[in-house]
Parts: sequence; C-alpha cells; structure tokens
Amino acid sequence: MDRNDDPSASAAIDQHVQQPYKYGWSTDIESDLAPRGLNEDIIRLISEKKNEPEWMLEWRLKAFERWLTMKEPSWANIRYDPIDYQAIHYYAAPKQQKKLESLDEVDPKLIETFEKLGIPLEEQKRLTGVAVDAVFDSVSVATTFKAELAKHGVIFLPISEAIVEHPELVEKYLGSVVPRTDNFFAALNSAVFTDGSFVFVPKGVRCPLELSTYFRINATSTGQFERTLIVAEEGSHVSYLEGCSAPMRDENQLHAAVVELVALDDAQIKYSTIQNWYPGDETGSGGIYNFVTKRGRCAGRNSKISWTQVETGSAITWKYPSCMLEGDNSVGEFYSVAVTNNHQQADTGTKMVHMGKDTKSTIISKGISAGRSQNTYRGQVKIMKGAENARNYSQCDSMLIGDQCGAHTFPYIDVRNSTAIMEHEATTSKVGEDQIFYCQQRGLSEEDAVSLIVNGFCKEVFRELPMEFAVEATRLLGVSLEGSVG
Amino acid sequence: MLEIRNLHAGVDGVEILNGVNLSVNAGEVHAIMGPNGSGKSTLAQVLAGHPTYEITQGTVSFEGQDLLEMGPDERAIAGLFLAFQYPVEIRGITNGYFLQSAMNSIRKARGQEELDTLDFAELLEEKLKEIGWDDSLIHRAVNEGFSGGEKKRNEILQLAVLEPKLAVLDETDSGLDIDAVRSVAEAVNRFRSDERAFVVVTHYQRILDYLTPDHVHVLSKGQVAKSGGKELALELEAKGYDWLREEAPVG
Ligand SMILES: Nc1ncnc2c1ncn2[C@@H]1O[C@H](COP(=O)(O)OP(=O)(O)OP(=O)(O)O)[C@@H](O)[C@H]1O
Ligand SMILES: [Mg+2]
Repeated sequence: MDRNDDPSASAAIDQHVQQPYKYGWSTDIESDLAPRGLNEDIIRLISEKKNEPEWMLEWRLKAFERWLTMKEPSWANIRYDPIDYQAIHYYAAPKQQKKLESLDEVDPKLIETFEKLGIPLEEQKRLTGVAVDAVFDSVSVATTFKAELAKHGVIFLPISEAIVEHPELVEKYLGSVVPRTDNFFAALNSAVFTDGSFVFVPKGVRCPLELSTYFRINATSTGQFERTLIVAEEGSHVSYLEGCSAPMRDENQLHAAVVELVALDDAQIKYSTIQNWYPGDETGSGGIYNFVTKRGRCAGRNSKISWTQVETGSAITWKYPSCMLEGDNSVGEFYSVAVTNNHQQADTGTKMVHMGKDTKSTIISKGISAGRSQNTYRGQVKIMKGAENARNYSQCDSMLIGDQCGAHTFPYIDVRNSTAIMEHEATTSKVGEDQIFYCQQRGLSEEDAVSLIVNGFCKEVFRELPMEFAVEATRLLGVSLEGSVG
Repeated sequence: MLEIRNLHAGVDGVEILNGVNLSVNAGEVHAIMGPNGSGKSTLAQVLAGHPTYEITQGTVSFEGQDLLEMGPDERAIAGLFLAFQYPVEIRGITNGYFLQSAMNSIRKARGQEELDTLDFAELLEEKLKEIGWDDSLIHRAVNEGFSGGEKKRNEILQLAVLEPKLAVLDETDSGLDIDAVRSVAEAVNRFRSDERAFVVVTHYQRILDYLTPDHVHVLSKGQVAKSGGKELALELEAKGYDWLREEAPVG
C-alpha cells in the first residue's frame, strides 16, 4: 500500500523542510559602488581599484571583447527572466582605508557581520586548524593565519593581492584551466572578477590547515564575480572549503564565479562547498542566480581532485564542477547534495574527462526536492581515445518530498576507448509517511524523523566533508548527524 | 494499563474496527488472533497513532492518559512500543545511531540525561548479552537489506533497548525459523515483569507455547469475537476460525 501520495502528509513533511532563511539580514555599511552597467571604463576602474598590472587589465579587456560576441546558454533545464547586465553594479566595496595591516583596522561592522554568520575572524576564536579568507561583496576583508601558512611556504591570499604580490604565479595559471572564452559566464567573470582566493601549495607540502573562504553578498543590485585559483605542486596536499550567503532581497542577484584547480604529479586537492545563498521566498521572488564554472586539471601523474558540494541555497543554480584527468593514474571525484525547495531550480552535475591512462572517476550525486522545486542532475563522462583502462562509477539518487516537485537525471556518456569500464546507478525515492511514522513510534519527533531520513540519504556525501563542516552541512538540513557515521 | 472501549476506526470512510473492547493490566500477556484482514494490524497501528486511520468512536486510555489525544512520538515516550509487522528501512542511518537517537529523544522528553555514544554502546552491549544475540545488525543501516527474520529480531532488539511499559508485537513470529521463534520468545520472556504488559498478535500456537498468554482474543471483522485463556489458542489451532463466525461477538 502506498500512502505517500496523501497530500496532507506531504504538506506536513514540507513544513519541516521549509525552514526560514537564517542569513537574510543585511549589514548597514557605506559602500564604494561603481556605477551600474558594464563597459570598458568599468573594467578599467576595477583594475585600477585593485592596482593591477597592465597585463591583467589587457586580459580582462580581451575577455570582455569576447563576451560581447557570446550568447547566454539556454540549454540547462532551468527558466528565468532575462538578466539585464547593464543594471548591475560590477564593483561594490565597504568603504574603508586603503590597505589593512591587521584585523584591528577592519571595520567592526564587518567583523560583526562574519561573527553573526558563524565565521569569527579573530584567529584565536577560529576553529583550530582552519584559515579563513572573508569576502564581502567585491573585496576580501580579512585573511587569517597568513603568517602560520607562510612558514610552510603556502600562499593563501585574496586573488587581488596575489596578482600584485605574485604576478608570475597568477599569470602562469590564471585561465589555464578555464580559458577566458570558455563559456558566457566564464568570459563575464574574466572581464569583471573582483575578488576570491589564491592558494599555492609548494612541492611536497601538506597544507597544515584547512583553508576556507566565506563569500557574502551584501550591497543591493550588485553581482559577485569571484575568482579562485588553487595550485598544488608535486606531491602536495590541500583541502579548501567555501561557504556563501546573502541577505534576503526581493530582486535577483547574480553570482558568476570561476574556480580553477591545478594538481601536478602526486598532488591532491579537496574542494568543498557549502552554498547557502538566499534562495528567494516561497512565491519564487528574489534569490541569487548562481552561475558558476568550476574545473580542476589533474595535470600530473597520480594526482587527485575531489569536489564535494552541499547546495541548499540560490534561486537558480547552474554549476558543473569538472575534472580533466590528464595525468596517467589520476583520480577525479564528485560528491554532491543538492536540496531544492519552493521555487528553486538547480541544474547541477559534473563532467569527468578521462585523457590519461588508468584514470578513475567517481560521481555520487544526491538530489532532494521539495515544494515546487526542480532538481536536475546533468553529468558527463568522456573517455578519450588514449585513456586506456579508464574507470567511472556514477550513482545518482533523487529523493522527493511531496508530489509537486521534480527530479531529473541526464547522464551523458561518451566512450572512445573500448577498454573503459563504466558503471551507472540511479534511484528515485520518496520520504514516506510510513518511514516518518516508524521513527516517531520509536520516540523521535516528526521534525527529527525527516531530518534523520534526509541525512541518511546524504550520508555518502557528508562523510566526504571535512569534520568541521560536516556539522554545518547537517545543521543546514536541520539536524545533527553526529555519531551516525560508521 | 490499557483500556480500549468501543473503538471504531477506518480509512476513507470505510470502517475497519467496529467496536473493539479490550483491557490489559500490567504484568499480563494477551494474544490476539484472527483471520487475515480482521483488523489486527489496524488495531496495532491505531494504538500507535498512525495518521492514516481515522477514529470515529470510542476511547483508549493508557496509564490513565487519553491515548487518542497523543501524537505517535508522545505515545512512544509514554511507554508504548509497536513491533511492526512490516518494519521500515532507513537508508544511511545505522541501527545503533537510530536506537541511540530514539532513546535519547525519549530520555530527554522524560527529563532524563541523554546518553553519549560510549555510554550507549555499553548499554547496547549489555542488552545484547542479555538476550544472547551478536552485534551484527547494529552497524548496518536500519532494516536495509535485512532478511525478513532479521527485521523481526531487530524489532525485538529495539524493544529490549527502549524498555516500554506496553509492547504490541504484530506478527513478530511470522517469517521466523523455528529457532528464531524460540529466541524471540525467550527475549520477550526476559523482559516480562509485573510492570510491563504485552499484546502479541499472531497466527501461530508455537510462540504462545513459549509465552503462555494470560488471555487470548479472537478478532473478527473488526471486533473481539471471543476471549478466553491459553486453551482458546489450542482450540483455534485445532478447529480454525469458521466455528466462531456463528457465535455472537462479546463485549
Ligand atoms: N491504510 C489502509 N487503507 C485501506 N485499507 C486498509 C488500510 N489498512 C487496513 N486496511 C484494510 O482493513 C482490513 C484489516 O487489515 P489489517 O491489516 O488490520 O488486517 P490483519 O488482521 O492484520 O490481517 P493479517 O492477518 O493478514 O495481517 C483489510 O481489509 C485491509 O485491506
Ligand atoms: Mg496484520
């Protein structure tokens, strides 16, 4: 007997998933705002504000030139009103003195903002073992533990500072994974990117701290265009995490980021995201448009790149973290939880391109849809001609909460070498009244029951998150998973 | 302890229980038998508070409280336990964690201190030792991929850990092999006490041989058609249910 279609039951379940957005307040701070719109002058202004070298400006302008000739993609399974690119402010910075020498000089309002978000910037208050870069609108306001990291030769800087202080490194790798002209949003980002993080881990170093960047959009009508570049030299290891949130506003705001990862021989990069941008209200008004290009190059032998993401926010998410498996025996991984509710739309997945011999990739995707949301997984696995003995394992699970939402799975497979071994599994399930009742009969509240069921469903992904953030992820879904891993 | 009076319940306007009367005192074991579809599981689910069933008439009191006014989790907290005829799977949540969460939720509601993972593991080990079972099911996801018999044993393990006042076992013996029936019955016997009562829904005499019920009831067409002592079960085993159809319902 199937009782899942009982509408009153799904309404009760929905209620528990619909938790109010907790990060919707805004900070009242004066900002230094570029005029609305996009043209060469705005790009020059951004470059000037950041004291960039000439080559950087040239690079931006070339990207802009190409962007003007490109068309916005429309193939994703998402719908939205056209974006007016001339109505956006491309630069917004909290007003403050030019150069900050220490945290004492940061506007207390900003420190307070990040404290409220659970991101204390004073080093002694930080979670042990985590260094943070905090980005507020278009600028980085503080990076912690710089000195500690420098001892190991690790560079962890806002990208705008890295461009000035380590131009040779940035110039060498910027755009080497995601070319300026890769796609519409990547080109836009290349032209106007304002901040983001730069990480460089030298040969043989295991980065002693978790690195993390927290992105906060505050100003109205602004876009956030951050750029992150992580380079792991031979034999090095690094784990990096980004978190994001934004105030509740009834307009849609654009976030178009580019993330590039480069792993040389025997290097490992673990990149985790907890994305909690404002998703819009129950009626579908407002929310962030999150159009992101993330790609990693396993350039060296035995290198490994692993993407873990927990996506709960944004009105629209369009994002496919990818791995280019160039080095022989390299490994690409993608672990994803995407939760959509109300009118949210998520079109997310990954792309694994096997070029080297004996390359391996793993894809675990968990989509949870509630309300009237649409959740789409789109994954591509490409095995190139020279990729002898490549292996891929893909598992895509969807969970439906209520009966007005949708889950869609589009796996694309392109195999050009007959030695490849591919495995694909997909399931769709519903949070059932009987499951909830069973938990309640054992003494759990209805709310705890839903959380438990959803967390159980996501477990394979959560256990990939760094310890400190697994807790945040489960909390985001409304429960603590402590102790269940085992 | 449990007092069911003239209970009527159904689904979508169709009555399944029509006038059930039953009293269970602390320390007693009651067996409920009856043909397929007579409403045994419905009675069990209604007692536990399954939202699908609508109560149209009657009262149920449990330890002096109005059971029908309580939510399913409140009933569990008050000490009512149902061993499901069809236990539900929960993916990705280990049995151990599930039980710990359940136990702590109950403890918290009763104003008792919650158990941390270590204390709970100790308690669990003790319970397992007591009923002579190994811990092979503890680290697996709740009921996921369990055999039919393993699911039933798992219900009894939960019972042993949660120590309810009233346990309703809905065909826990169905699908168990001969040794497992004995082992489950022995586990139940171990937890019998003057403060605790059991309502055992079954089709078979075998489990009753071990449990020796104080009372046996036959449910037919949503009513208690006959009640008696443990001999009634033997009589049913010999004669089937047909002869009861002619008799008038009691109560
Ligand atoms: N949720 C429901 N929706 C519709 N009909 C139901 C529902 N639950 C029970 N019924 C019906 O009520 C009657 C009693 O079912 P119930 O499961 O209580 O019987 P039972 O005595 O436990 O039978 P068995 O011995 O086969 O387990 C059956 O006809 C069944 O189809
Ligand atoms: Mg039944």
